[in-house]
Amino acid sequence: MEVNEQNIYKALELVMDPEIPVLNVLDLGMITSVTFSDKGVHVKMIPTFAACPAVELIRRNIRSVLQDQLHTEIMVEIDKEESWNSNRMTESGKEKLKNFGITPPKPYNGEDYSEYFLGTTCPHCNGNDTYLRSPFGSTLCRAIHFCKDCGQVFEHFKPLD
Amino acid sequence: MINTTAISNLLTVMADDALIQGHRNSEWTGLGPIMEEDIAFSSMAQDKIGHAWALYKIIQEELKGSDPDQFAFLRNEKDYKCCHFVEHPNGEYDFSLMRHFLFDHAEAIRYEQLQQSSFQPLQPLAKKLKGEIKYHTLHANAWVSQLCRAGEESHARMQSALTACFPLALGLFEPGGEAEQILIAEKVYPGEKALKEMWQDRIYNILTAAALNLPDENTIEPVYGGRKGYHTIYLQPLLEEMGAVFRTDPAATW
Repeated sequence: MEVNEQNIYKALELVMDPEIPVLNVLDLGMITSVTFSDKGVHVKMIPTFAACPAVELIRRNIRSVLQDQLHTEIMVEIDKEESWNSNRMTESGKEKLKNFGITPPKPYNGEDYSEYFLGTTCPHCNGNDTYLRSPFGSTLCRAIHFCKDCGQVFEHFKPLD
Repeated sequence: MINTTAISNLLTVMADDALIQGHRNSEWTGLGPIMEEDIAFSSMAQDKIGHAWALYKIIQEELKGSDPDQFAFLRNEKDYKCCHFVEHPNGEYDFSLMRHFLFDHAEAIRYEQLQQSSFQPLQPLAKKLKGEIKYHTLHANAWVSQLCRAGEESHARMQSALTACFPLALGLFEPGGEAEQILIAEKVYPGEKALKEMWQDRIYNILTAAALNLPDENTIEPVYGGRKGYHTIYLQPLLEEMGAVFRTDPAATW
């Protein structure tokens, strides 16, 4: 495969999040820049949460998947200038997340977080009669809700400032 | 040129508080009163320890400090700068919850202010950590207000936890002497006294709504010493346990 921007982005679509395997690093908005030099391809990425335990694994995966696809030297760095927020997640990423059974984050516009947990739509039955059970869940990026319409617990990808 | 010793000291104070509080939070793993609380304290533990690591990393990269893992686990007790508040054992759930409430609001205020720090490497990190800590304060506020409305005994226990925690919590804002004045003058941060006042304003409204009385600061003695390396009897055993695996082979990689 020719080493150009289009092919790099195509290859990045193959790098999945280890905790939410339906989302790739582009769906999550984790890639901040792709540049070239005579040394190879430089990719910059940002973690979703500061303490995300999967960052190093994702970094290594980006490198090995891109190297396999493009047969050139790949350097992956953490971008310290940018920080992740939930608005970086793409629309198609949100759709995939919902189909996976996790409610995607609503667009965040600087309000108090508590507002964002009222009537969170249930991914199983689309009901809105729900309440927040806990702002913490099975991974740092998820909250737990309960849906009174279908009587099930569900997870929600938290909005993050 | 910002005074590197003073800024390194400030970052160590913040990181050590987060590290020790994170380890105390982790002690609720498997023991939380309900499953959601077990998960909440475990998640907050993961966040805090990650935040401590990110701060140690800045010390290493920007201020010629040592490797974050070595710095976190191999120092002598007197070289830790955490306050006594975070060293105390978890005790009953009321104490843990009130400590979490007071500690996390203090952290939130600190990171909000550090977004404007003249020490540039802190700005993006402070913004990020502030966003994450909002979930910690959201959690703390919900539980403090619910338990204060859950009957006489519950309210009384929350009040006694607040009374016990407050002098210790003031230790989060122990004055830093000349080094602190340098950091204020260089606009690295607004200083401990200013942070403490903002914190009191913020917690006052929530505590009042929960019908809790904040002890009068003038009638109590703040618990200081941690920032100067004087610690409680609880820190050394915690450090030993926390670093036991690391010390078996400090050069190991995962």
